[in-house]
Amino acid sequence: MNILDPQGPIAAAEKTILIDSIGIMLAIVLPTIVAIFAFAYWFRQSNTRAQYLPNWEYSGRIELVVWSIPTLTIILLGGVAWIGAHQLDPARPVEGTGSPIRIQVVSLDWKWLFIYPDQHIATVNTLTVPVGAPLRLELTSASVMNAFFVPQLGSLIYTMNGMVTHLELRADNEGTLQGLSGHFSGDGFPDMLFDVNVVSALSFPDWVASTARGANQVLNAESYQKLAQQSVPKDKMTFRLDDSRLFDAIATQKLPPGPGPQLTDNLAKPESGTANVR
Amino acid sequence: MFGKLSWAAVPLDQPIPLIAGAVVLVAILAVVVWVIVAGHLPYLWREWITSVDHKRIGVMYVLLASVMLLRGFSDAIMMRAQQAVAFHSQGFLPPEHYNQIFSAHGTIMIFFVAMPFVIGLMNLVVPLQLGVRDVAFPTLNSVGFWLTATGALLVNVSLVVGEFARTGWLPYPPLSELTYSPGVGVDYYLWSLEISGVGTLVAGINLVTTVLKIRTKGMSYLRMPMFCWTTLASNLLIIAAFPILTATLAMLILDRYLGFHFFTNEAGGNVMMFMNLIWAWGHPEVYILILPAFGIFSEVVSTFSGKPLFGYRSMVLATMAICIISFMVWLHHFFTMGAGPNVNAIFGIASMIIAVPTGVKIYNWLFTMYGGRIRFTTPMMWSIGFMVTFIIGGLTGVLVAVPPADFLLHNSLFLVAHFHNVIIGGVLFGAFAGYTYWFPKAFGFRLHEGLGKAAFWCWLIGFYVAFMPLYAAGFLGMTRRMQHYDVPEWRPWLIVAGVGAVIITIGIIFQVAQLVISIRDREKLRDLTGDPWDGRSLEWATASPPPVFNFAVLPNITGEDAYWAMKAKAKARGQAEPKEPDYEPIELPRNSPTGFVCAFFATVMGFALIWHIWWMVIAGFIGAFATFVAFAWRDHDEYEIPADEVARIDRINLAERRNLVTAAGSV
Repeated sequence: MNILDPQGPIAAAEKTILIDSIGIMLAIVLPTIVAIFAFAYWFRQSNTRAQYLPNWEYSGRIELVVWSIPTLTIILLGGVAWIGAHQLDPARPVEGTGSPIRIQVVSLDWKWLFIYPDQHIATVNTLTVPVGAPLRLELTSASVMNAFFVPQLGSLIYTMNGMVTHLELRADNEGTLQGLSGHFSGDGFPDMLFDVNVVSALSFPDWVASTARGANQVLNAESYQKLAQQSVPKDKMTFRLDDSRLFDAIATQKLPPGPGPQLTDNLAKPESGTANVR
Repeated sequence: MFGKLSWAAVPLDQPIPLIAGAVVLVAILAVVVWVIVAGHLPYLWREWITSVDHKRIGVMYVLLASVMLLRGFSDAIMMRAQQAVAFHSQGFLPPEHYNQIFSAHGTIMIFFVAMPFVIGLMNLVVPLQLGVRDVAFPTLNSVGFWLTATGALLVNVSLVVGEFARTGWLPYPPLSELTYSPGVGVDYYLWSLEISGVGTLVAGINLVTTVLKIRTKGMSYLRMPMFCWTTLASNLLIIAAFPILTATLAMLILDRYLGFHFFTNEAGGNVMMFMNLIWAWGHPEVYILILPAFGIFSEVVSTFSGKPLFGYRSMVLATMAICIISFMVWLHHFFTMGAGPNVNAIFGIASMIIAVPTGVKIYNWLFTMYGGRIRFTTPMMWSIGFMVTFIIGGLTGVLVAVPPADFLLHNSLFLVAHFHNVIIGGVLFGAFAGYTYWFPKAFGFRLHEGLGKAAFWCWLIGFYVAFMPLYAAGFLGMTRRMQHYDVPEWRPWLIVAGVGAVIITIGIIFQVAQLVISIRDREKLRDLTGDPWDGRSLEWATASPPPVFNFAVLPNITGEDAYWAMKAKAKARGQAEPKEPDYEPIELPRNSPTGFVCAFFATVMGFALIWHIWWMVIAGFIGAFATFVAFAWRDHDEYEIPADEVARIDRINLAERRNLVTAAGSV
């Protein structure tokens, strides 16, 4: 999950900006730290060779310099931020081989649902994508906020109920990456992990076909609402997609939000706890 | 009869909170019993609990902050221990408990440690620095303190009665809505902060009015010590920002209690409104905390360098610039929520612009040291430790202000490391510097230097060992608030961080020992002159501890560093004031139990609201309102200290000062 080891163009560009910005700032931060130690050491009370200037409190030239140094640095970094924010806007289309793969991401309590509307399949906690293809993600939440984050692909983005966020990614190397939720979402939050299998462009259709064949469950409004209950699934589920407009129904709240914890009769302790969801 | 409350609220099945709660309860009972048996209760009631003296209230604020620091830190220790062991396992804290701990840690450290610490120091010092006898609204000041204490008490009650919020230190909806958090935890959070928020607002109004309206003769704005300026800026921010917090939390309360839909998923609620509102308070809040710390460092660096502050006007400008810009950057807390590139870029750049005045401040402290004769006392050590640490925190802060970098680092442990870097390295180091620096002023004796330095080194080293690994874990993709994890690369860093927390624990033990030993050896550490550090501003011009009226005769000042100028004049003359001043009787506000009684009823009301005990809510509200009415109808609110008494008290200190000047003159 090392963000300094990017596996796609977005993560790589973001890492470059990260490293460059640190470099720009270190150029003034390091001399300043050295100066603090040097001044503190040289002007110690016991040093009789140091000059004592008990009334020196102003110098226009130094003032000019001390306002200029951070200002110039910030102008430079501000440029980086402006260009970077535009070029790496999460919703900006990414180039790649082949047509974009549309993936609809729904964060549930406490698992990830990945819907492939064009392939008519859906998976839980596994995201399989072809290498090099633009990945066009639409994201929403079934209940509380979460954040979709594959550190080595870049650009964390929030999922929120009743709202759709957009993210464009690309994976450049085959292999398995790890994804997780970047925003605390309740007691099952640390289990919201998912695998990102980056497969070759040729084997992706095979994976789609085998998933569609092997899926013994159908994802529709009914099975979705069962899925929306709080749980931490042990195995990775796959579904055939019945209703290709399911994501829109979730995002526009035609399907009601996740129900939250089961309630008990005890008013002082109304939740049954998470022991039963594991 | 008791709403939702029943015996099921006491977590009899969870040993950790139960034992912790029992220990705290026994400790409190022991103290109360000791106070009553030893007959200290009348003294405490008369001299402290009902006191409207800004110095006493300041001391009580700092005491509250110190006690709550121990509570918040024990949460921190549990979190670090949990993350060190919870690799491929559930650790020793189940999620229900761990999530309460990190929520309580953040809430306590910000609202009940950092805030009361800086407000306490401002209360103690600012009227003295302004050369005046009191704050603008003494009784209101007491009310503010006791309401803050109410909030702190309610948070701690949640340890044994019910539960605390499991939603993080800012209760983001919809997780904090009734659907997803049906328990009383979020209600404890909400009512604690609603009540203490009123206290903070009152403190802010009081201090702003004091700085703007009550200054001694000749104390123009541009002669005020830097700490007064940062106090002004910080409290202006309190007045502007805290009502936003109160209103936002009130909306969440309406959602939870009366079925409103401000932030719910259903019926048109909008969580983005909560994000914007909470951070419109939340970002100014961090400057509310750090600006007073900047002021403390300005005083300390200047005093121990034996020089005036370099670039005073520049510092004033930088302070006020930070004050204003801090209101224009809130969106950088959610670059990753899908705002467009223009919005992200503009808020990113605005956030970076704050680094300019902050950088200027660092350079000005640096040049204050230039040409100085630096004495490495404990407060100065904290200041130098701060300068270095804070620059690193500033660097990582500007880094996450660059939107594309934030896309990788948002909510990661890198962010956790960043804000601890600026809050520990900035606010807390500042608070400790101020505590050591002004302790002799408040109590008349110094703190033990050796133990103070030992504490400093443990804190400094402990901080780096605890938080530098979290930067690394953030680079490895680890997000915050993980109760357990399976990624082997994260583990070594979390174990090292745990070691850092142990080193900080040793630092805290040194601090407790420092206080105990200093009280034991107080005669040895006694300062009779009122000026133990060779200070520069007016708080050092009076006795330590200052008499209740602060100054027998209000000083008339002619420039910056007022007391330094007085001393220089006296030394040039070779003697102290040539003749005794004309003493006049002094009028002072009477002590009042209003604050304490009001807070008592507020506590009752808050607890009843949390548990839906409606008759008790009404009783608490009527009680608090009746207290206010009774106070408003009072006839005698002041008493007079006769001129003879003023003279008697002042002569003791004048004699000491005369000796000091004569001794200096003879060298």
